[in-house]
Amino acid sequence: MIYSYFPGCTLKNKAIDLDIYARRSAELLGITLEELPEWQCCGGVYPLAKDKIATKLSSVRALAASRDAGHDLVTLCSACHNVLKQVNNDMRTDEYIRSRANNYMAPDAEYNGEINVIHYLELLRDTVGFENIKKKVVKPFTGRKIGAYYGCLLLRPGKVMQMDDPENPKILEDFIRAIGGEPVIYAQRNECCGGYATVEDKAYAASRAGKVVDNAAACGADMLITACPLCLYNLNKSNAENKLPVVYFTELLAEALGLKEENDV
Amino acid sequence: MQRIGVFVCHCGSNIAATVDVKAVAEAAKHESGVVFSADYQYMCSESGQDLIKDMIKEHKLTGIVVCSCSPRMHENTFCKAAAAGGLNPYMVEIANIREQCSWIHKDMPSATAKAIVLVRSAIAKVTLNAPLTAGTSPVTKRALVIGGGIAGIQTALDIADAGFEVDIVEKEPTIGGKMAQIDKTFPTLDCAACILTPKMVEAAQNDKIRIFSYSEVSAVKGFVGNFTVTIKRKARYVKEDLCTGCGLCTEKCPQKKVPNEFNLGLDNRRAIYIPFAQAIPKIATIDPDYCTMLKSGKCGVCSKVCSAGAIDYQAKDEFIDVNYGAIVAATGFNPIKVDKYDEFAYAQSPDVVTSLEYERLMNAAGPTGGTLLRPSDRTHPHTIVFVQCVGSRESEDSTKCGKSYCSKICCMYTAKHAMLTREKYPDTDVYVFYIDVRTPGKSFDEFYRRAVEQYGVHYIKGMVGKVTPEGGKLKVQASDLIAGKQLHIDADMVVLAAAIEPDKTARPLATLLTASMDTNDFFTEAHPKLRPVESPTAGVFLSGACQGPKDIPETVAQAGAAASKVIGLLAKDHLVCNPCVANANEMLCSGCSQCEKVCPYGAITYSYKEFRMPDRTTKLRLVASVNAAVCQGCGACTVTCPSGAMDLKGFSNKQIMAEVDAICK
Repeated sequence: MIYSYFPGCTLKNKAIDLDIYARRSAELLGITLEELPEWQCCGGVYPLAKDKIATKLSSVRALAASRDAGHDLVTLCSACHNVLKQVNNDMRTDEYIRSRANNYMAPDAEYNGEINVIHYLELLRDTVGFENIKKKVVKPFTGRKIGAYYGCLLLRPGKVMQMDDPENPKILEDFIRAIGGEPVIYAQRNECCGGYATVEDKAYAASRAGKVVDNAAACGADMLITACPLCLYNLNKSNAENKLPVVYFTELLAEALGLKEENDV
Repeated sequence: MQRIGVFVCHCGSNIAATVDVKAVAEAAKHESGVVFSADYQYMCSESGQDLIKDMIKEHKLTGIVVCSCSPRMHENTFCKAAAAGGLNPYMVEIANIREQCSWIHKDMPSATAKAIVLVRSAIAKVTLNAPLTAGTSPVTKRALVIGGGIAGIQTALDIADAGFEVDIVEKEPTIGGKMAQIDKTFPTLDCAACILTPKMVEAAQNDKIRIFSYSEVSAVKGFVGNFTVTIKRKARYVKEDLCTGCGLCTEKCPQKKVPNEFNLGLDNRRAIYIPFAQAIPKIATIDPDYCTMLKSGKCGVCSKVCSAGAIDYQAKDEFIDVNYGAIVAATGFNPIKVDKYDEFAYAQSPDVVTSLEYERLMNAAGPTGGTLLRPSDRTHPHTIVFVQCVGSRESEDSTKCGKSYCSKICCMYTAKHAMLTREKYPDTDVYVFYIDVRTPGKSFDEFYRRAVEQYGVHYIKGMVGKVTPEGGKLKVQASDLIAGKQLHIDADMVVLAAAIEPDKTARPLATLLTASMDTNDFFTEAHPKLRPVESPTAGVFLSGACQGPKDIPETVAQAGAAASKVIGLLAKDHLVCNPCVANANEMLCSGCSQCEKVCPYGAITYSYKEFRMPDRTTKLRLVASVNAAVCQGCGACTVTCPSGAMDLKGFSNKQIMAEVDAICK
């Protein structure tokens, strides 16, 4: 099965782990990810102002390119996924934004939200199936207590993202079970890590992320997994005594599938 | 030739502001058969009705068309006026030029044009109308009340008080409903049990009232005045006539690990149980899901200890048919499940409870004997956070499937909980987070203010965003909208004021009763203002929270109102039947029996009949016949009949086609 793939800027440098393990695992699971040619930044943050069209255009370009390639678009970074999915929803449902964006870009074929934006986790759940992943696991994380950290962007707004219940999510927990681990449910798993506040007020971001790590540790987690480079950055920053290791979920996937080597990355 | 009169109503400005009523009256004058046409400010007023009566006599009218509001509103009024003027009431047609015309159009020319078309169509129909005479049917002088909470009990008591027999069907082993679980009632703080249990006893002792507990309605046949209801008496494995309610079996039963639903699972009961001390009837019931004897055939302890010999493991569900003249739905409400609201950590911590659970924790007959203790470690909580509107007043964008409506009772019971907590435990800090405080009602706002001013409850406008159980505390993160800041409170308990919704049995019951419901599964009233306790289905009445969220005083008031409507019905010996019933043209009927299958009332039967053929032979043919007393005139058979043999009096195919032709002309 072939999908277009949008890695996003961070996955080309700081979050390269998130990217390479995802690609490697996808290959084994029979999924072909074709990186969009000449993709640009997703826009970084979804603009809430309705008249902000220009900042949505880079997302629209990626979406249109995916449509032209004839595949649905797979994303990995929570932030990119959030922006692309919300912009795609706008292009599908909001006549005002659709016509302004198309007028602005004047593409050969207007983009009207024809493709679906799918997160890599949804691909694992809905296309591959966690049951099938379980069968391919060679190094299960048996006995490991793993906390899923969703952050805020992956699930919200729930009506648009439609990945899982924003307050009672279970997709990452199901993933943890699939790779043989034991999911730890803790309340702060879908709270904000501090996000971009870290640029302006490091102490604030650290206190937010600290709450997440403390709560997960108190509930007995050995490690945390996430899909978001910014979450990983913030959680690690506040995690000075290295209470809990925080890794990308794709790294565990690759390891469980026997695709991680000693001298990797 | 018919002599038709047309009366165009202004309805104040409701119609006249958008429809040129004079032009409509003028246009009607030129229709064939119309001998009189006029407009008038309020046709439904006394002088408007007098105009109808006078004109019928003056112009010797044989049919009239009233152009006014929806026939659901005033058809009856105008039929009565026509009858008083000496006209057969079935010679009246209503052209709805308000709801279907003036209210939905903005510009006068198009609204007027549409009104004229609607009038023409009504004239075309009334031209073909024939006078109909209504028959009568007898009334069974017994009422059924479905649901034995405070609503059902009050309705039954009031009906019995008027001298009519009444049965209560309750699905639980005891009557009492939600009110039996409540500790104190607002705004007077009198004990719920002290005012409810005497009513329960009164119902049990009244010789006009029969209580079918642990029973459900499984089928309903018939129509107003003549319902036949099948009641399923679920097997309780205890003979009701022998059990003395001594309770010995409930102490000796070895199966101790059954979640006690009366205490909302906060403690356990046995597999054989009496829900609570004042239960009515005070009879034990065996829970077949947990009884070892019923499940594996090994045990029989209750049977051994029962000196009355009341235990019967072989019992089966029984079905009985009873005739009723009227049915009252009093199925009540339930708090919603709060699983979808994991931000409040209900599933993660036992110290996060719903308000009804808190009610049990405060109740002297509850699992803690009335001492407020945290469920997790049974210690005294020092900081309690109440969260209002959990699942109520939810916006359409929400993914949580909450309710769009206000649950109405939560503001008051939360104020009550907060006040009682501060009263009993002054060392406790109590916070209430609210969106709005809604306390309209007699002595309600004073009650709420007392909680704030005298009892020092911290009311904070804002919502709780997250509850994190950590280190034996509940870390509450919330917003204070007035101070414009985020709050962090380390609480010992969090209490969720969950939205209320109709009981799950209401929807299937509505189907059995052919009673209508709104999108939230509350029963719909016949008219929201003028007929609030009647269902649009004749003979079905509504009592209590099954019609919408209500507190106890409102429920009791509605229960009494429903009872008075039932009494009004049962006081009649006969009811006038609707003459607009189906009839089969035997010459056209092919005997296919399709109409019999679609008839929801079982009014159509098939029988062989002899017909004389043109060649003087006779032939035996199967033909349909309609029982006019049972037919409700729904018209399902007329549209099903492939040979056009079924027709509805007053709504014949010819009449409907004439209406359509008039519109298309």
